[in-house]
Amino acid sequence: MSEETKEYAYFLGCITPNRYPGIEAATKRILNEFGIGTQEMIGASCCPAPGVFGSFDMHTWLPVAARNLAIAEEMGLDIVVTCNGCYGSLQEANHLLKGNPKLKEKVNAILGKFGREFKGTTTVNHSIVVLHDVIGLDKLKEKITKPMNDVNVAVHYGCHFLKPSEVRGHGSSETPNIIEDLVGVTGAKDVDYKDKLMCCGAGGGNRTADSVQSLEWMRQKLVSAIEAGADCMVHPCAFCHLQLDRGQAELEKAFGVFFNFPILFATQFLGLAMGLSEKEVGLDAQTTSMPEKLLK
Amino acid sequence: MGTLMDDIIEWGGEVFGEEHMETLKLCVQCGKCTGSCPSGRNTALRTRKLFRMAQEDMREEIFNAPELWFCSTCYTCYERCPKGVKTTDLIRTIRNLAAKEGHMSVPHRMIGVYVLKTGHAVPIGPDQMKLREAVGLESQPPTTQKFKEQLEQVQEIFKATCYDEMIDFDWDKMNLKEAEAKK
Repeated sequence: MSEETKEYAYFLGCITPNRYPGIEAATKRILNEFGIGTQEMIGASCCPAPGVFGSFDMHTWLPVAARNLAIAEEMGLDIVVTCNGCYGSLQEANHLLKGNPKLKEKVNAILGKFGREFKGTTTVNHSIVVLHDVIGLDKLKEKITKPMNDVNVAVHYGCHFLKPSEVRGHGSSETPNIIEDLVGVTGAKDVDYKDKLMCCGAGGGNRTADSVQSLEWMRQKLVSAIEAGADCMVHPCAFCHLQLDRGQAELEKAFGVFFNFPILFATQFLGLAMGLSEKEVGLDAQTTSMPEKLLK
Repeated sequence: MGTLMDDIIEWGGEVFGEEHMETLKLCVQCGKCTGSCPSGRNTALRTRKLFRMAQEDMREEIFNAPELWFCSTCYTCYERCPKGVKTTDLIRTIRNLAAKEGHMSVPHRMIGVYVLKTGHAVPIGPDQMKLREAVGLESQPPTTQKFKEQLEQVQEIFKATCYDEMIDFDWDKMNLKEAEAKK
């Protein structure tokens, strides 16, 4: 299959479709623009969240993830995602089940109750890696109509995009370059900052366990990006997006300070540089306003 | 009941492989995990200490430590451990054992309630449907929340693994028994 006709099963998860549909719209539009199809996965559920359900009961986490994988297998397609949580959960489940026949048998005994089966015939891919590796930087560059030449970007990776690196396979988690490359395509500059590789603070049930502590963690990250001169943060994860964007409103309630620091999923940022409007990529519906230099 | 180490190897081993879990025995208390930990910067979480407690079979102390739940599963320590201890997967396994013995907060149980009711940890509501329409998408995505027969498959998994019992879920009220009792 040539890359021009590549089709993916788009696994939506929870936060992308149910809180930040602008991420879904921007990702579909950009992938489709380059001839990559995104088919709906009928009946998909929560991935389920790897640090949350994996922490409470991994023997429930695994069959729920396997059911989602089986839906894509029935479609005969590889999966694409827009959330590091979904990426972590589905890729890890796929990896574990493909390598352990006994575990697969146990999971399939549950899925068989409603006529589904995990076979091990799909792969799990992050939309940002598809942009970088399947479409490629040269083709992306050709579509940039509104360069971001004077914009400083703080890149945030989140955690499960890169780690555990033995499963993800994107090289060292200490020296990544995928998102920096995509930011560079738009003409924007990525700025280094103290807490660049630090977690947003939301994962593993931490946001639910103690929201103020989780917000303080995020506050430190945002301060270090702002101090480095960043105009905005660009990232690959819907769950980080919830923490970093909506979290700024919660931070104002808890600490009385509002940063108004723009948070953009990477396809929202690329979408603006490719001429999509603020409204088309859902940025008008976020907690923070967007500065003129991102929208001109 | 065996030691905590035995339980970790048995419970986590079935999913990750016993060898993966047995790396807990390799921890020499160097503290690189703790030095790398973004949570430990702000909280009492000391991964090094948790692993020492696990090695010393301090089951009740670990299960009752609030900081057990302050790990965000960021995997920074997992990547950096010089002895190859599978830190994050060990923490998740210890949490599984704690949850099985009833150490699970109400907000954490509620995440399971949302999934049992809708198939999603973060379900959609009317306001978000309008947001979807504003960016040119169908008002509701074609997921478990839209299709009852699909949701029932997820519910069946939760019943098969007794997750519903673990969180004290009341199928008649579609909520926690405990939350109802508190009202």
